[in-house]
Order: sequence, then structure tokens, then C-alpha cells
Amino acid sequence: MLIPHPLLGLRDAQEFTYLGDANMMARPDPTGPDAEAAFCDYVFLRDNPAGVHRELWFHEQGDRSWLVVTRNTVTHEILSAELATDVARKDA
Amino acid sequence: MSRIQGGLIDRSRKLSFTFNGKPYQGCAGDTLASALLANGVQLIGRSFKYHRPRGVFSAGSEEPNALVELSGGARQEPNTRATGIELYDGLQANSQNHIGSLSHDLLALNDLFSPFFAAGFYYKTFMWPRAFWEKLYEPAIRRAAGLGALSMLPDPDSYDRGYLHPDLLVIGGGAAGLMAALTAGRAGAQVVLADEDFMLGGRLLAEDTAIADLPGAAWAKEVTTELQSLPNVRLMTRTTVFGAYDHGIYGAVERVSDHIADPGASVRQTLWRITAKRTILATGATERHIPFENNDRPGIMLSGAMRAYANRWAVTPQAKAGDPIAIFTNNDDGHRTALALAAKGVALHGVIDTRAGAKSLGDYETFAGATITGSKGRKGLKSIRIAQAGRSEWIDCGALGVAGGWNPNVHLASHHRGRPVWDADKLTFVPDADSLPGLHIAGAAAGQGTTAEALADGARAAMAALSEIGLSAAPADIPRAGEEPTGIEAFWHVPGKGRAWVDFQNDVTVKDIKLAHQENMRPVEHLKRWTTLGMATDQGKTANVTALAVMAELTGKTIPETGTTIFRPPYTPVSLGVLGGGDSGANFRPHRLTPTHAWAESQGAVFVEVGQWMRAQWFPQPDEIHWRESVDREAKAVRDAVGVCDVTTLGKIDVQGPDAAEFLNRIYANMMGTVKPGKVRYGLMLREDGHAYDDGTCACLAEGHYVVTTTTANAGLVYQRMEFARQCLWPDLDVTLISTTDAWAQLAVAGPKSRELLSRIVDDFDMSNDAFPFMSCSELTVCGGLRARLFRISFSGELAYEIAVPARYGNALMERLIEVGQDLGVTPYGTEALGVLRIEKGHAAGNELNGQTTANMLGMQRMVSLKKDSIGAVMSRREGLIGDKRRLVGFVPVDATQPVVAGSHLITQGDPVDMEHDQGWITSACYSPHLGSAIGLGYLENGDQRFDEEVIAANPLEGVSVRLRVVSPHFIDPEGERLRD
Repeated sequence: MLIPHPLLGLRDAQEFTYLGDANMMARPDPTGPDAEAAFCDYVFLRDNPAGVHRELWFHEQGDRSWLVVTRNTVTHEILSAELATDVARKDA
Repeated sequence: MSRIQGGLIDRSRKLSFTFNGKPYQGCAGDTLASALLANGVQLIGRSFKYHRPRGVFSAGSEEPNALVELSGGARQEPNTRATGIELYDGLQANSQNHIGSLSHDLLALNDLFSPFFAAGFYYKTFMWPRAFWEKLYEPAIRRAAGLGALSMLPDPDSYDRGYLHPDLLVIGGGAAGLMAALTAGRAGAQVVLADEDFMLGGRLLAEDTAIADLPGAAWAKEVTTELQSLPNVRLMTRTTVFGAYDHGIYGAVERVSDHIADPGASVRQTLWRITAKRTILATGATERHIPFENNDRPGIMLSGAMRAYANRWAVTPQAKAGDPIAIFTNNDDGHRTALALAAKGVALHGVIDTRAGAKSLGDYETFAGATITGSKGRKGLKSIRIAQAGRSEWIDCGALGVAGGWNPNVHLASHHRGRPVWDADKLTFVPDADSLPGLHIAGAAAGQGTTAEALADGARAAMAALSEIGLSAAPADIPRAGEEPTGIEAFWHVPGKGRAWVDFQNDVTVKDIKLAHQENMRPVEHLKRWTTLGMATDQGKTANVTALAVMAELTGKTIPETGTTIFRPPYTPVSLGVLGGGDSGANFRPHRLTPTHAWAESQGAVFVEVGQWMRAQWFPQPDEIHWRESVDREAKAVRDAVGVCDVTTLGKIDVQGPDAAEFLNRIYANMMGTVKPGKVRYGLMLREDGHAYDDGTCACLAEGHYVVTTTTANAGLVYQRMEFARQCLWPDLDVTLISTTDAWAQLAVAGPKSRELLSRIVDDFDMSNDAFPFMSCSELTVCGGLRARLFRISFSGELAYEIAVPARYGNALMERLIEVGQDLGVTPYGTEALGVLRIEKGHAAGNELNGQTTANMLGMQRMVSLKKDSIGAVMSRREGLIGDKRRLVGFVPVDATQPVVAGSHLITQGDPVDMEHDQGWITSACYSPHLGSAIGLGYLENGDQRFDEEVIAANPLEGVSVRLRVVSPHFIDPEGERLRD
């Protein structure tokens, strides 16, 4: 696969390490009322859809950016790739 | 020799080869198959199940029958298709799958018992007694039904890999592929043209078609010459594109030196990864046959293959030259073979055409509305039975060509679920034009099979592909070529009682398909698995569509309703050696060498692989016989004097920025942000699920500048996780990270004389305990100006330091320390002594931080700060983790001569040894030279309250139980006075 790195252009997927569901970025509030339950969901429950999926890739053999890649897990079509930093700032 | 006139072989270059030990001669340009046929050798192998005599069936990589073991010794390669092996001088080949000689195969007996070996036989028979399957039935079946054998020796060849990034990849160098490459090449595009053959031209080499008043093969040669002259075009012959992968990536194998008798130092094959902006699939088509009774005899082959042997290799397939040849067809293409043979003066019986109104296209006889209903000839075709108008007649026949129509080679187009579409006029599956993004399909592969169609389609596809990537090509001048007749009728097999083979390689007959239907194995997926149709090296290239047609007939459905055949990579078999691409032996994975590696090697160190690192395990002295003598000496030297150990492999992460302190507080479970410049603090990292993850130190070199150390194993992972935290969780913290593991050589200098040793190399630096106490750090210079970092930390429990210098000075620093410390008894020590020292001190390492343990179990629960959030803090407070009563403690054997074995389970004395009574386990163990016995660390239920109790360390795997006494994990200096001294 080729991943369209927002800074470096098309890069081979072999340069990346895969983590999984981009919901990993939504770390719960540790001071929230049900923090423990929220953390259990956050740590143990993942979506694994056949279809469009937002997922985290680390450009380990490259510029060490974490990317949020939107990919169709059936066709492997990549719909977008963004810097995780940008996504995290936007969501915050 | 049954050579005829013409052909593309070089008769002046004779090549010697052997088949089953017997010497033969062929010509340059031959394949092994054409050379054997030229020598009148029809019988080449035995079939998979029934051991029926088999000969050459095709002229390409679709070959189901003529499989041989190539070469001998370690280079022996089984199941190689004789039709694709380029002949070279000295080639050795042997037939396979027989006991005794090829012509008197003892297992031919299987053929008589064929009713027992029908489809699915192994699911039905050999069921009882159950134990016999593994010991008797399966080995016997494997022996009888098999293909070639491996040499069982290491592969002596070398392999390579390469990467290409063309604008356009053209797969297949026939009429369509050449025209596409020419169009794109002339337009200046970067083009790669790959073809599995050793000559470009595809079917043009096998036909007598004219293009632009030239013979097709001559036109192909002219185009090849022009393409070779274009610097932007790369021609890759002997290269099979075997798979289509995501985003325009294709896998290909180039057979670099398989065709050279003595390849010397050349690699054997190269694995190419081709990332193309656009791709043209111009893979042509494969002919299918028409099953009839006993249609598998040597001498019966595809009609198009027969034409190829005549036109390209100047050979006809009879055992005896001059024996007449017949053609069996349901379409016009069969007549082209008759015409080609007639033009070369080959004796012909004529064409048996299933179509009622069929007429001859030339000077030969045509039996219209006729079929073939049988054949004779045990080891080679002798006669055929022609049935016409209710009568049948046996006639002598030296060879028979069978023409059942052509199937486009859709394989790569279906590697991504692309489903071919049935074309009811052409009676074949054609690929879906949108099967794969970026892929254009041209020529016979798209069902555009006449020469004129293929040329025009290749040019069209190239123009379309280039325009999609913003390149323009001048409209190609398409050369004049003939429109061959392509009429065909649906005639799939000759009905009859005898066995009519559909899939030759797997011995699947029409009867087997009927049986599968009768047993309700009707979906194509079931049909395939019940009968083994379409499996093994040829993947049913000549069989699948015919089998579908037979099943369609049985179910009364249409062919597209019955199913379709799609394919997975690889297109043809690929050797595992080339898939490794040379990454074998020493190249299996890279070795990382420590900065002091050269020095350690010169000292005769024994090395151990730690991840990718090669670390010195111990340094044997000449008089030391057993490894433990060396390790005990090294460990003692540290406790008594001073030792030096390379600890570069521990991860180092440089953390800088105004928010670095806050960032570290969130990474570490304990409070880290308060560590002051010039100080070092021990830190524990948790996983987000609350379990212990990694430990190390964090040194504050200056305000907002920290160096984090990690364990060797987790160096990369901790860095990755910290980047995740920085970028994905807390992007607003102003902090930057970089891994400096390889930038700094770091040496541990440990022992009561370590201060004295280091004071001899530092430049004007106060080493006193007051000026530089335990857990201090500083930047300084050593050895007269060399930049260095000094940390007063201790893994061994002794007065100790770690000193870091730029990596390139690591070896020199080691040499200097050894040189200036001779009078102090300075001793290099390896990872084994390092382990002994830390176990004696009770320091946790990888064995204690194995992912199942918690801060609680390590006795560090109080380190998990309640004043702040950090990764894992919330979940570390879960009831199950807080309530865990196992604690890290030390163990010594009650009988000092007994060993302590890591992994042993701990059981309270008197309790049964079972999981229910499991009280914990031993994590680390070693022989302690200071205590004079084995010692261990381990987790024990309520361990911190059980000192002096005797427990059982059970090792049921080896049937051993040892009584251990529970002690403090700090075997040495429990008060920690030495390291603060």
C-alpha cells in the first residue's frame, strides 16, 4: 500500500507501523465521574469495521509523524491521511 | 529427430542435455519441452493420482503434465514446467512421481483401482481405524500421490530484490503489449515491459501471421530493437509478474541466471516490487481443450501449442516423424493449426470439427459435425476413434491437437476480487474493465484476440493510461495485420462412459464432476475442494472453465450462474528463496554492534543476540574452561574493585522544551517533573491498562532538558509511545523528543574503585561524594576535552557511574579505562555478570516487567502518584490490581547445592502441586558468587510477609521440586550504603 503522507507525499506502507482505531486519541478525562469504566472502554474496546475506518499509523522509518489514515479495509482505498497533531488540536 | 523447416531456433548452436540420465541434443532457442519433442520423447511424466503416462500438453506456463525435477544436488527444483525451461548446455532433468522407471511405473497399478480413487475418496475411505490415518494411510497416499521431491539441502543460490517506479507497467510482450510499450515509449513515458518468456513477441512467435508485410516474429523483433534504443523503456524478459497488490504495486520475479549453465557469482533470481502509476494487462489468453474418453495420452496436446511448436520451434509432437496428425476443434482456431502444419508439409488426417457446417480453410480434410470418442496407445498416442453421423471409425494417428477456444488470462485482474464477466458470443470469461484501479486490459486478455484487434487495443490502452497521468501520446500508427477467423460453438466435452480428463494435473475427470454434483458439492468452491480441480502448480489454467461448463450442464444453469473462477497470487509458482529476496543467513536481519564491539572482539568476548544487538556476554580468560568461571570472576571484580560494561543498548530519549517536565509527569507513574538540574530519578512507566511497562532513569541535564533511559528491549517502543502521547494525546505541550540511543556510547563503571578510575580520565571535575552524590548527573569533558555526560546511578548496587561519550569515541574510551585502571584491577564484564549483579541487588528487569505484573507486585505502588494523572494511573487503581497480594521477594535454596530454576511455580509446603495452589513463580535465577549458592527473584503471594518461610519451587516439566527459603530480594547491601558511599 502507499500512504499519502501530508508532508512527504506518497510513502510505502512498509515505512509505517500500524496501531489501529484512531479512537485511541480520545483518551478519557481521568477526573471524570466514571473514569475507570471510561478507561476500560478506551483501552479494551475497538471497532473493526469492514469498510471505512479511521486508523493510526506511525511513520517510524520516516519523519516519526503519527498519521490518522482513513482507509477502506475492504478495498484498501485510502480516502485521506492527516497529521495526528492537527486532528488532535482540531478535536480538542 | 522430428524437426521440420523454419522456426526461431539457432540450429548452429547445439546444446547437450540429459533427461532421466540419457543424453540428448537441442538447439539454442529451444525449451526443454521442444527439445524433448524434437528427440521423439513423448512420455515425460506420470499423473498425480492414477500414474497415467503423460506428455507435453501446452507450450507455456499453463502446463499441467510435463513437470520435471530440474538439476541435481542442492539445486534440485521439483515441479518445474518443461514448457517454460529455456534449454542450456548441460541441463539435467528427471521425471517425477513414479516408482521404478518412468516407462514401468509400479504405481501405475493405481490406474486399475481408479474407481476407489474418485473425487473425495480420501474423505470417505481410510476412516478406520482412526490411528491408522497418521501412521499408515497418509504416508502411503503421500508417497503414491505426489509431485517432485526437494533436495533437503540448503539452497546454494543467492537472490536479490529491486524496486521500480515506472509511469507505465506493461505486463506481457505480445502484439498488444509491444504496441502499448511502443506507443508509451515513443511518448517519452517511463515504461517497464515484463514478459515471462525469454523472447518478446508472445503468440506472434507462435503464429505465421503477417504484420505490416513482415512475419509476426520479425515485426516483434523490430519493435524490440526500437524499444531497446529508448532510454525511458526497460525491457524485462524472463520476468513473471505474479501478483497485483494495493495501489499499483506489482510483484515480479526475474529469472536472472536460471538459463545459464554456470551462473558464477550471479544471483539466481530477483524479486521486483514495481510501483506503477498505470498498468496495462496484456497477458494474452490460454487455450482450453475438449475432454473425451482417454484424452490424456502423450501426443495429445492443445492445438495452439502444436502450432507454436511447429512455427517457433520447428518440431511436431509425434513419436515417429511422418505419422499423420489430426486436429479436434469446436472453433475456427483449430483450422489455423491445420493450415500451419499443411504449409510446412506435415502429414494431416484433417480436422474433426464438432460444428455441423464446418468447412476446410485450406487443403486438408474436414470432418464436420464429428467428435473423437476414444484413443489408444499406452505410452503415446497410436490411434483415435472418430464418430460422425452415427458411425465411428478408428484411425492411426501420431499426434492430436485439441482446440476448445481461448480463455483470456484474467488472473492479475482478479487478484483484488475483480470478477470476470461471461461473454456469450465469445464463449469465455473476459475481465471486468474496472476490476482494479489503474489497470487497463488490452488485447487477447480483454477478449480482443485477433492480431489486428490486439495491436489496436494495445495502442488504445497506452493512450488512455497516459492521458490519466497527464502525459500525451501521439496517436499510434497501427500496422496492418490480419483478422483471423474466430467462430466458435459451445461444445464442452464429448459424452461417453469412459474417463475423460478435465484437469490433467489433479486427475479430475468429467465423472468426478458428475460425482461432485451427485453428492451436492455444486458451488464452484465445493467442487474445487471435493475434486481438487484447479489446484497445484497450474491452478487449473487449462481446466477451470471447462469444469464450470460441465457443472452448468449438470445443474441446468448457465455458466455465469454456476460461478466463475477467480485467482489469487501467484500467477505461476514462486520459489520461497526469491521471496526472501536475499534476506537469509547472515542477512536475515541486521545486527547492531555496540560502540565497543571491535574492542570486545579483540578480547575474545562471547557475544549474545539481544534483539538486534550483539552484546558481549562474558570475556573468557585463557585458563577458564566453564562460562561460569568467567562470569563469577567478572561479578566478583565489580564487588571487590571495579568493572566496565557497555550499556549503550539501553534506550536514550532526549526530551526538551518548556513543557518537558509536565510531559514527563504524564508519561511516568511517579512524579518526574520535579527532578532538578544535575539530578537523576528512577522512573516507572505503566501501560494504559495499569500494568507495569518499562523502567529506567530520567536525568535532568538543564532546565527543560532531560534524558530518559529505557530497557534495551523497549527502546523503540517507549519512544514510539512517547511520540504517540506528544502528538495524539497532548499536542499542545511544547516539547520535542528524539531518540539518541545510537548517538551516545554509554559505559557502566561499577565497583568500590570506580570513583578512583573515573577521576583519572575526567578533566578538572570534582568527583567527591559531596560534590557529586548518588543520583547526580553532569555534562563534562574527559580525556583532555572530549564531550561527555556522567551519571551516578547503579544497577549493581555498588558505587557506580555511567559515562556517555559521542558514539564514535566509545571504543577509545573503553580502551583508555582498561589501560589506566590496570593497577585497580579493572575488569570488563558482560551481560551475564550484569544479570548476576542486578539479581543480587534485587533490581527488576525484563523478567520482572513481563507485562503481567503491576507496581503493586514490584513493591512500588507508592510510586504511582495520586497527585497527578499519568498513563495507566486510573486503571492501575482497579480493584483486581490493587488487591493483588503477590510481591517480589528473593529465594535461596534450603540445600545450598540445589539449583533455582526460573519459571518454577511456587507452592506452599504441604499443598498439592497444581494450579489451584499456585502461589507465584520464579522470575530470575542465577548462581551468586557472593552467597556461594543459587539465588532467585520471584513473585509470591504475600511474599513480603513470609520471609524465612520454606516454600516449594515446582518444575513439573522436569519433574523437579526444590525447597526454597523466602528472603529479602536485596541479597547485597539491603540498606543501600555502598551506592551512596
